[in-house]
Formats: sequence, C-alpha cells, structure tokens
Amino acid sequence: MLKCSYDALNGIFAKIAENAKLYLPADKDGKTDYTKWAEGVEWSNALNTARSPKDFFFPQVEDLMKFKVEGKSIAIDDIREESEDFVVFGVRACDVRSFDILDRVFLIEPYDSYYASRREHGVIISCACTRPTETCFCKTFGIDCTNPGGDITVWRCEDALYWQANTEKGEKLLGTLGLESADESAVNAQKEQTARIMEKLPLAKLTTEGFGGGKTMELFNKPEWKSLSEACLGCGTCTFVCPTCQCYDVKDFNTGNEIIRYRCWDSCMYSDFTKMAHGNNRLSQVERFRQRFMHKLVYYPENNEGIFGCVGCGRCLAKCPISMNIVKVMKTIGGSAE
Amino acid sequence: MNTRREPLIPVVGVITDVRLDTPDIKTFRVVTPDGKKAFDHRPGQCAMLSIPGVGEAMFSITSSPTNTEYMEFSIKKCGCVTEWLHQAEVGQNITIRGPYGNPFPVDTEFAGKNLLFIAGGVALAPLRSVINYVRHYKDRYGKIDIVYGARSKEDLLQYREIIDEWCKDEGVTVYLTIDREQADWDGHVGFVPNYVKELGFDTDKTVILCGPPIMIKFTLAGLTELGFKKEQVYTTLELKMKCAIGKCGRCNVGSKYVCKDGPVFRLDELDELPNEY
Amino acid sequence: MQKITRDILVEKAVSLLENGTVCCVLGWKKGEFDYDVTPALFESKEEIEKDFVYDDFCGANFSKYLVKKTIKAEGKILVFLKPCDTYSFNQLLTEHRFDREKVYAIGIPCEGMADINKIRAIAGDGISEIKCGEKIVVDTIYGDKHEIDAKDVLLERCINCKSKKHVNYDELLGDEGEVIESNRFDEVARLEAMTPDERFAFWQNELSRCIRCNACRDVCPACTCEKCVFDNPKSGVENKAPANEFEEKMFHIIRAFHVAGRCTDCGECSRVCPQHIPLHLLNRKFIKDIDSFYGEYQAGAEVGSRAPLVNYTTNDLEPSEVFEGRGE
Repeated sequence: MLKCSYDALNGIFAKIAENAKLYLPADKDGKTDYTKWAEGVEWSNALNTARSPKDFFFPQVEDLMKFKVEGKSIAIDDIREESEDFVVFGVRACDVRSFDILDRVFLIEPYDSYYASRREHGVIISCACTRPTETCFCKTFGIDCTNPGGDITVWRCEDALYWQANTEKGEKLLGTLGLESADESAVNAQKEQTARIMEKLPLAKLTTEGFGGGKTMELFNKPEWKSLSEACLGCGTCTFVCPTCQCYDVKDFNTGNEIIRYRCWDSCMYSDFTKMAHGNNRLSQVERFRQRFMHKLVYYPENNEGIFGCVGCGRCLAKCPISMNIVKVMKTIGGSAE
Repeated sequence: MNTRREPLIPVVGVITDVRLDTPDIKTFRVVTPDGKKAFDHRPGQCAMLSIPGVGEAMFSITSSPTNTEYMEFSIKKCGCVTEWLHQAEVGQNITIRGPYGNPFPVDTEFAGKNLLFIAGGVALAPLRSVINYVRHYKDRYGKIDIVYGARSKEDLLQYREIIDEWCKDEGVTVYLTIDREQADWDGHVGFVPNYVKELGFDTDKTVILCGPPIMIKFTLAGLTELGFKKEQVYTTLELKMKCAIGKCGRCNVGSKYVCKDGPVFRLDELDELPNEY
Repeated sequence: MQKITRDILVEKAVSLLENGTVCCVLGWKKGEFDYDVTPALFESKEEIEKDFVYDDFCGANFSKYLVKKTIKAEGKILVFLKPCDTYSFNQLLTEHRFDREKVYAIGIPCEGMADINKIRAIAGDGISEIKCGEKIVVDTIYGDKHEIDAKDVLLERCINCKSKKHVNYDELLGDEGEVIESNRFDEVARLEAMTPDERFAFWQNELSRCIRCNACRDVCPACTCEKCVFDNPKSGVENKAPANEFEEKMFHIIRAFHVAGRCTDCGECSRVCPQHIPLHLLNRKFIKDIDSFYGEYQAGAEVGSRAPLVNYTTNDLEPSEVFEGRGE
C-alpha cells in the first residue's frame, strides 16, 4: 500500500494528466459531475456524481460510421478510431461494479469494438466510501464500498490518501506516481468504521431474496406491477441516470452531404422502444415498467451467473420525478424484509 | 484506426433483381459489388438490410443456403425501410450485415423426420429457405407437407416456384388455400387453421409454423386437437431489432434476445418466456 | 408545514369512496423515506388509511394524470388539487383533455412545498428522518440534527408562488386564498438585462447538462399531445439524444414555444429535472412577454378563456412592434 498527502495530490493529478486525460468528480453550480482535470479543478467531497461514469465507455451519443450516397451507390466509411488513454479517478464501488455489468453485455461475442477500445484505454481509480447516504444499497448486491476494486483503489483517510493497485494496468500507472509506502492500519480502521455505518443505513436489510434467474413467470405475473407503474410518466430519467442501463438506439442523420449513423442511449420506458412497422409488443406503461425491473432483477442474473443488473447506487431513488424506484419495486414484488 | 471487426458496420449490397410477388410483397436479389454472395447463412437466419438515411431493419433470408450465388429477401411493404425498398430499382446499393440468429435445426432435430410446414401470407418468406434446403437434401428427410394460405391467389408468395418446382417434387405435397372464393381459383378456400384440421395430419411429423399471431394461435389449437405436442412445433419470431447482436435491448423477452437466441424457437421454449412477442 | 392535515384529507377521501361518490382517489403515497412521496391511485379505504400522505413533500401536480386516468375510470376520480394545480386543471379543461364529469376535485390549501435538494444541501448525507412541523426537523444517520425554516427550503416555484386561490373545485377544504403578487419575473428580468452573448452563455451552460430524459415534457400538463413531434420518426426531428449541441437547445426552445400561452407556470418541469436545469425560466419569459404585449393573461385562470396567442383583436400589436418592444 502507498500513500500521499493531500497537499501533494494536485501534483499527482498533474503527473497523471501528462500521459492521459484525467477525469474526476468536481463541483460546479452546486452539482457534482465528472470533469476533465486541469490546474484549479478540485476533487469533490460529494458522495457521488449526478451522472454515472458509464459515459466514459458508453457515451450517450456516438457516431458509428458514415455513408456517402451518390445516385444508386453507397460508400461505407469506417470512422472508428482507437480510443485515447484516459484515467477516471474517484469512482465509487457501485459504479465500478457497473462496468463489470456493462462488460458482460458489450464484451461478449460478437463484441462491441467501440466499447472495447475505450475499456482497454481507460484506467479506473476507485475511491472507497466513508459517508454513504440513505439511498445507498450496494451491499444488497454484494458490493463492498470499502473495497471498491477497479485498476487502482484510493482510501480517503484523515491523515493521507492511500493507494493500492489491483490490476496490471493499475500497477503500471501507480509505479509512475512516486508515492511513499505505507502500512494499512489507517485504511483498516476506516473500513471498519464505514462497515458500521453501512449497518445503520435504512436500506441495509434490503435483500435480493425472491429475485434472480428462474423467477420469470412467478414475478412477471404479479398483479402489483400495475399499482407500482400507475404514476410512471414513461420518461427516461431512471434509465439515463442508471450506471447499468445499456439499451441503445441506432439512427441515421443526414447532414446534407453525408449520412452519419450514430447510436444513442434509449430507454425501455419509452413508448416507441419496441414499436415496429407492424405493431408493438409492449403497448402499455405497465409492460414497459415491468420490463426494466425484470431485466435487472431476473433476466440479467439468469444470463450472468446470478449477478444482478443493479448496483444500488441510489441515483434513481434521488432522481425519479415521481419517486418510484427499484427499492420500492423490490420490497413490493419480492416481499423483501424491512 | 480501430482494426477490429465491428458487427454493426455492414457491407455494401447491390440489388440485382426485383420481382413483384404479390401486390405488396417484392423479392429482392442481393449480391456484393463484386457479384458474390455477401455471406453464408443457415436456413431461418436473418440479415440486417439498410438504406442509409432511411433506416435499418431485420429480414429473414428467403433464399436457401444451397444457393451459393446470391441471397433473396421477400419483403412486404409496411414501414419506412420497406416502402423505400419497394421503390428501389436494379443496381441500387443497400447495406447488408449478418447472418443473425439461430437457424432451424435442419441437420439435427429435423434429420430423418417427416416435416410439415404451415405458413400464412408473407410468413412463407422465412420458411422458403428451409423448404428449399430440405428439398435440396431430400434424402435426409421423410415426407414433406406444405400448407400455405393467403388472402387471395395474388397474395400467395413465390406462386410460380410453388407450382413449377415444389408441386412437381416427389415426396413433397403442397396444400394451398385462400381466404375467399375467387374466379380463377379451383383450389381450397378457407383459413389455414381450419384447413390444417381438415387435412388431419398424422402426429409423426415435425411442424414448422409461421404466420400472423392469430393464425399461429388457432393453428396451434388445431394441432393440439390432432395430438401434436409443443415439442414438435417450431416457429420464428419477429420483434423490433436495432443491433441484431443481443445488446441494444429491444428484442429482449424474458432472458432471451430474439435476434441471437431466436428467432427460431420451439413452442415449449416459448412457454417459458413471458407472452410479450 | 401544511395547515391542513393528512387526517382531514384521509377522512374526506374515505367517506367519498365509501358513499360511492368516487371510485378511486388520486393522492400522494408514503415513500420509502420521509420525502419520496409518489402519486398513486387509491382504490380502498385500507390503502388510503395506510399510505396516504399530505405534507411538505407533496409537490406533484395531479392534473395531467386525469387525461389518461379518466378514460378508464368507471366512476368519478377524486383528485386533491393545490391552488397552483387548479390552474393546470383549468387549462386542460380549456383544451378539452378530460371529462370534467368524471372528476371530483377538492381544493386544498398549500403553504409551499419543500425541495429535498435544498434540505440535503443543509443536512448533508444520510437523512434518516424528516419531521414537517413549525420547523422542518432533519435527523441523519451520522447523528446530526437540523432545524430548518420551511421558507428556506421551498421549491423554486413556491418561493415565487403566484396564487393561493383555487380556480376550480367541487369542494374546498380549508380557507380560500388570494392571487398574490409574486416576484416570479425578477429572474427573467435579470436574464433580459444580459447581453445576447451573456444570455446565450447562460443557456448554453444550463442546457448542456440536459440528458434528454424527457421528464420535463412527460410531467408537463401542457404537453398532452398523443404523439409528440419529438417521438415521431416522420417529423424529421425525432430524437432520443441531443445529436449535437444545437439540438439540446432546440428541444427545450421548441417545447417552450409549443406551450407558450398555455403554460400556467406550474413549475413541474424544473421540479422534476434530474439535472436541475431552470426550465421554467424559458416559459416565464413567454408569459412575461405575452403580458407586456397583449395585457396580463394567466393561463388556466378560467376555463375556456381565449389565450392572446390564439385570439385576434384589432388592438393586437403588429409583429414589428413586438420586435421593437423587445427587452422593454
């Protein structure tokens, strides 16, 4: 384990930024979001960012290819470029797990080369939590917020910032930073303290019992979906703030002299998500609402060795316009203990 | 430059023949610009065709894999992409990528079996590749029965091929039906589900069923009455698709993605999925 | 703190449900915490007694729900409307968006609703309990206790409340209020005083955060088109994401134009925006302009009123005068 003083941190950021773009949570206009580091950008104290870091690997909009159309002929232009090296600093445990969940979609065959290139060139520096909030429930999904993983982990202890590499990629970067070695006692003390706070969280006892693979028919047919979805506006807020939602649309944009095929985030909550020329297999909001939660709590784990498609980051709890969210769904549908 | 193969990036295809099959269905022949077949496929697999600026959509490849020269797509005019295609002329470029989805198990479960194909309307398109494949390798299968119905004689897809080739094949029996009487028709009149029941097939067959949902529902009821089991019946599904590689989420039903886990399903497999298809 | 208690509303709802006046009740349902109240359709006495709430976190405006809920309802729907909600209610009636006969509207007083984001900014993380009383008392899992003056954490729209008067109801609980003088155009005036470049920079910064979740549109009582132009592939502007920097502005500006003259300034757009974009300011600019060009007009103040933008009078300004009058 290595450490640095908080006074030295700016210099370390500068060093990282010499070789790669560095992004970290920073405060602006009372909101916290990942911001490109430059001299003067301060690492935020906030628990997490409003927008999840999935953008780094799966941006909201990205151009896929271009077409030149002349008369009857078409030329396809592969505009893909190898991603530049970048570092994302300060990622919380929940969001680190979200990358694993996205990997299991984009990196299985046939894998997505756009995503893969960014994943290979990105280094994740995670940060252990010390002050979880009431909307946190990462523990429900077996995530340890005191040990968040990624390529490198940092612990924000009182006396210093502690660093540890978890992967080869992380070792390589950490080796260039010239940090002093340290013992683990401060980190261990912090882990214990955070663990005690985790016990006190209002959602500490939320369980995944009753969900998972093989529960499709039992849960799909529950009558409670109707009342849960009753007030749903059908907007995409939950989907777009969610670090694991990965559905996308592919669209063409005619600039006048070429056609850009791009993809953008899409939401299964939208009324036209499954609409095709001859019909729509999910006509009502209750069906669309159910799909989103069934996907995270049943279908995804069924296809991915029991891993749930939710990380308990709490963003949807904070952002849903009508305050409906996965916790209310789990408690109602799964009958999870208080 | 990212040198990996990217499944979302198509290749150029050239339309080399357009055939008006029915008043609203055209069959398009597609090859690459150097005149070759774009890729090999198995019976029942699909391809994504697109017109840049209009859109991309999934179509079943209606020609048989045994055709090594080109691919054919029978396409009904019903949305933006299909309307555009219907106006396309020979020589028009489109884009094509694939093959996608699981094929019908022609070399495994179907091998040595008597096969009963049941289709309605444009749904013959996905079955045509299977029918022509099993006709090509006729010695590998038992008796082949084909029940096919459409609204009218004019709406029967691939009518010439059916009359000139399928009907003349030994070991292949074709039963055609149309919904309503018409002057130049002396064949059977009536809906497919009723016709299947009337014909009263033996249950020693594997059934390949494709058509509009209502036809499937009633045909299935008839087949059950005749003693068929769901394990004997295969069908192919069609849902909204964008990526065709199991990632964009549109065709997700239960834990399956129709584009990659389907579109071919056995009916007992469908029973384990929510009824959202 | 709300002057009317939850118990009075519950008693009313239960009696109307039990005597058959209404078949269901549109109300606020208790959340997981003390602040995450959800709109809900209650169908039984038990549900109402168990989960109905009315406190400082009941900002949601139910008017728009009536458009869809009244279609299927087999009897009347009881809806509780705060004063500002009644303006949206009237505007929807003016636009013939639901059948008034299928609604039993009860006006309830409102002392202003609280903004959980503002409370969190004061109390910090880990809120374990919030009690709405004379003061809003917040406890956290970290052992902190905060006593907050409700007026310090009001929702933006409540700081500039335009009316405590109910403009439509079948029955009123509590006292009727008055239309009040508000400072709601101050912020618009501040934007008007900017140079065009400054104003552009302001909106550029605000709108650049938009994630195109459509929450503003989907919650907006003035946005009740069966098929929104932004959802229609044939419109040519259909999109789920800002394809470029211009487009994220275009969406909001077009929407503001579309609701101009019909927006009652209910403030739901800004309340629900997950990115805290002050969208209501776009709408208020239109309201302010309409007021100054055509005389004061409040959308939803009465059913059937002809909004200046869809009405012609010989006294109307010429377009050139409108242009010259800019910034006045």
